[in-house]
Amino acid sequence: MHTAAGVEACLPIRSDMDLVWVRQHVRQAAAQLGFGLVDQTKLVTAASELARNTLVHGGGGQMEATHLSSGGAQGLRLAFTDEGPGIADLDQALSDGYTSGDGLGMGLSGARRLVHDFEIDSTPGDGTTVRVTCWAARPPRPREEA
Amino acid sequence: MSDAYSRPVPGHVPVLRLGDVLLVTLQGDLHDSTAQQLQQDLAETISRTGVRGVLIDISGVEIVDSFLGRVLAEIAAQAKLLAARTVVAGMRPAVAITLAELGLTLPGLSTALSTEAGMELLTQQTPAYRPGGPRQESP
Repeated sequence: MHTAAGVEACLPIRSDMDLVWVRQHVRQAAAQLGFGLVDQTKLVTAASELARNTLVHGGGGQMEATHLSSGGAQGLRLAFTDEGPGIADLDQALSDGYTSGDGLGMGLSGARRLVHDFEIDSTPGDGTTVRVTCWAARPPRPREEA
Repeated sequence: MSDAYSRPVPGHVPVLRLGDVLLVTLQGDLHDSTAQQLQQDLAETISRTGVRGVLIDISGVEIVDSFLGRVLAEIAAQAKLLAARTVVAGMRPAVAITLAELGLTLPGLSTALSTEAGMELLTQQTPAYRPGGPRQESP
């Protein structure tokens, strides 16, 4: 029986110390939900990339972790929110090698490859929210629609 | 299980000298500032001691993201400019899988499976192996 305790949390992202807490929380939550070692590593790495974006480009913000359950499968959704300048050109920001800072330009596009589901909302001047979801085993089948 | 959090401690990573090689062991979760401090310390120590090799053991590192990957690549690049070779040893398989998927293959970085193998690579008398790229072989 999986419970939400120890999985659901809202963590501030204000310093590189907070990045460490975010990684530790995500690792612990993923382990608790039964993620394998490789999936844990991928999700923690994605979280680290996204949390650093929130800190460096968004000027700080928060991560909210939510426990998902669907047909017996356990999932973890992480939402990274900032109220920074936003991203003017999402397609460009999501392309490999694009960098606005001093990184390798793998942050957003790389994080997207490490998770099962990736959503980004950004309004210039208003901030950015990135939501990623991973499932412990295989992602559950999508709902059948007519 | 919340007490399983190990308290991250910012600060210095010790750099040990073993003959002609500097040995660095990274462990657990590194602060960005700690990694950057290490990068600076290594450049200064190589320049001061004139060692020919740097061995970085990352077997205790659970994740390498693009930030730490960049720091490792820059350490290797700056060491090369200071006439020293760098080997990163002991990467966990899950970390390698993740880095490849992230698109961060760090082509300039030399690796070894263990500290011992890395040390062997660095202490060979004639460097048969060049981190800078393939050697030109005459036909």
